[in-house]
Amino acid sequence: MKILAVCAMGIGTSVILKINAEQAIQRLGIGADVEVADIGTARGAAASADIVLTSAAIAEEIGDVGIPVLVIDNFVDEDEIRDKLAGEIGI
Amino acid sequence: MAEPAITRLLAVEAIVTGIQVDDWRAAIRAAGELLVAAGATTDAYTEQMRAAVEQHGPYIVIAPGIALAHARPSHVVLRTALSWAGLATPVEFGHPDNDPVELVVGLAAVDHDGHSAVLARISHLLAERDLLRVLRAASGPEEIRALLAKHDEADR
Repeated sequence: MKILAVCAMGIGTSVILKINAEQAIQRLGIGADVEVADIGTARGAAASADIVLTSAAIAEEIGDVGIPVLVIDNFVDEDEIRDKLAGEIGI
Repeated sequence: MAEPAITRLLAVEAIVTGIQVDDWRAAIRAAGELLVAAGATTDAYTEQMRAAVEQHGPYIVIAPGIALAHARPSHVVLRTALSWAGLATPVEFGHPDNDPVELVVGLAAVDHDGHSAVLARISHLLAERDLLRVLRAASGPEEIRALLAKHDEADR
């Protein structure tokens, strides 16, 4: 599974999201890679990914990318990321 | 990648507490001016941090009450550094869940690798709610740096 962490520039908040998503994935015990993308590259990168994680503002900006977009409120809250991923994957 | 110590990146002159600002633009400007004061950036970087939010919305408000102001690594960054602007009165950034913001952390990095390592460090710090509560109650820059030094030490 491939998860895409998206922010405006792909270098700031998405990196924080990636760090915490990786920990959440480890706790869920699923095999998944997390990559970061910026708004400009998110659509292309989504073509080979399964789930997008991002903020509400960026979710609105990227719109429909053909895969589920999960809005994360607190990027340093591993529990929120884990719960939303688990809900989406159905585990 | 080794995570750099927060206190190595956050100069005492880059910290203010209880600063009064009218809105989110002024809050970002405060964090940017602290980076400039620490010799880490030029005014152009402060402008880029503001422009990112104008363009993309309040996505830098990454946790309740906390904004991570930053722009791309570029020549307007002179060295990798952090700033810390604690607000006297919280301001709205327009984030649906994490408003109002009472702390703006400014981040400047000279390159992408430096950026990622600093972000890993910041991420771990911001996840520690108890420490953040203590930091918010701190009386001034020296106390904040002392608390963060203890945190750096404990993480080793």
